[in-house]
Amino acid sequence: MTVQASHAIDEAMEKSLTVMAPRPDVGSLAIENVGKTYDPEGARVVALHDCSVDIAPGDFLAIVGPSGCGKSTLMNIIAGFDNVTEGRVLLDGQLLATPSSPPKPGPDRVVVFQNGALFPWKTVLENVMYGPLVQHKMTLDVAEERAMDLLTKCGGLDKVAASYPPQLSSGMQRRVEIVRALINEPKILLLDEPFRAMDTVSKNTMHQHLLEMYRVCRKTIIFITHDLEEAIYLADKVIVMTSRPGTIKSTIAVNLPRPRTPEMMLGAEYLALKAQAIASVHEEAKKAFERGEREHA
Amino acid sequence: MKAAEEGMKASIADRPVKRNRRLPKMNWRGALAVAAFFLAWHFLVLLKAPGFREIASPIEVLNTFLTQYIGNPKYWNSWVASFKRVIYGFVLAQVLGIPLGLLLGTRETFHNLVYPVIEILRPIPPLAWVPISILFWPTTELSIIFITFIGAFFIIVINVHDAVRNIKKEHYWLALSLGANGGQVFRRIMIPSVIPSIAVGMTLGMAVTWNVVIAAEMIAGDNGLGRLTWEGYVSHTVTVVIIGMISIGLAGYLSTIGVDYLEKKMMPWRGTR
Repeated sequence: MTVQASHAIDEAMEKSLTVMAPRPDVGSLAIENVGKTYDPEGARVVALHDCSVDIAPGDFLAIVGPSGCGKSTLMNIIAGFDNVTEGRVLLDGQLLATPSSPPKPGPDRVVVFQNGALFPWKTVLENVMYGPLVQHKMTLDVAEERAMDLLTKCGGLDKVAASYPPQLSSGMQRRVEIVRALINEPKILLLDEPFRAMDTVSKNTMHQHLLEMYRVCRKTIIFITHDLEEAIYLADKVIVMTSRPGTIKSTIAVNLPRPRTPEMMLGAEYLALKAQAIASVHEEAKKAFERGEREHA
Repeated sequence: MKAAEEGMKASIADRPVKRNRRLPKMNWRGALAVAAFFLAWHFLVLLKAPGFREIASPIEVLNTFLTQYIGNPKYWNSWVASFKRVIYGFVLAQVLGIPLGLLLGTRETFHNLVYPVIEILRPIPPLAWVPISILFWPTTELSIIFITFIGAFFIIVINVHDAVRNIKKEHYWLALSLGANGGQVFRRIMIPSVIPSIAVGMTLGMAVTWNVVIAAEMIAGDNGLGRLTWEGYVSHTVTVVIIGMISIGLAGYLSTIGVDYLEKKMMPWRGTR
């Protein structure tokens, strides 16, 4: 990202600091007693057990847990890449997945993967236009205009529209991926540890970018991470999972005001939430938390 | 450090959309090495170094080339003959090998059925096919083309097959998420994912086809650059042998340039990072 572009964001943020986009009407998700067992006839690996979560439209939900706790499995089920073996998932009251009817992937639930999955053979602009064009939802001209508009809005990414993804920094790549998801007007945006491999400085910058995107194009967001601090800082609700089998250990409501600023991480309210989170999840979350700490150190 | 990084990113961002074409820079060191090679050769022959007694000097070779070969249609026909065989064998290998590799990578049943046969045939060196090929095909020309084809065929099949199996599942999933159907995933995800491996297969295949075509011409051909070189040896004219060898080297080099050009056309996203 260019220096000017980041200044532009800062200015824009200062101008309309408190104006959140209104809550959308769609994008509620109900996960009801969901269980997932791999290889039920053989090894019987229980990845998820009796998980229930309710997400309101426009909510920012974070799921925290150590590696292998089934958080990616849960995300793959919501995205439609995997099926449940127990329970059901409802999207806006419509059945999405039951053991007998596997979910299908669709543009209403787009994932941003942790290792990045921009198509390297397409330019940034072509990547962003891919969804609407492949669905025949927009003409080339409309798609291009809409893509450029979104890229501009999301921190001056229009400047790199003609570049190929490998030319960009990983932070920029991830932001382009979020834009590629947003252009489809998804009901839910699924972020699977998108900032995992980043250093602290880039990560903090990305947090501000993500919060800004959330402020401007408000969607239901499910954000998976193993970093408790990041989860509390970004989300309205934090779900802590434990591993083997993956179950939901506790739910923490985060009532920090929006927009969030990095200074909040030093505030009493934030620290209290962090303490509460650590206390409520005992051993398992401590492990996850320490892992988060190590990455920050 | 940070400022430098920002500066770099800014320069990427500000890069104009159209990439400017620049003439390739002259490689002075490479030119020097080629000159040194000829010089060393010349003096080794002049000093009658061990092993160099029978070898012609570069000046003799150049002299023979200029007086007997440069205007000789038979010599240029050898070029045409060899190039024809290489191109036929190479193109045929790509045209048949790429779809076969894609099929093997995507269809499980087909893979189980056909792959073992390929794994048995693949280790057989192309030259081991010469006798059968001569017996099978009605003309020598066809048998040489066939052997050349064998050289490039298995390489491209294996490369494409592996590439299909290694496509990032995130790319595949994402395409489905974004609303692509099966045909679109094949055209827009699978094909571009496999193109870098096709390029590698083509580079390797081109090198092998030249190896094979020269050897096959020496064994079975009645014209071509391989035959020219062999005839030089049989008639004890070392200058001809060396003209043949240099011609083969140049022909191979030209083919590599051609394949490189093709690869750049196939992958506009490469070479920009």
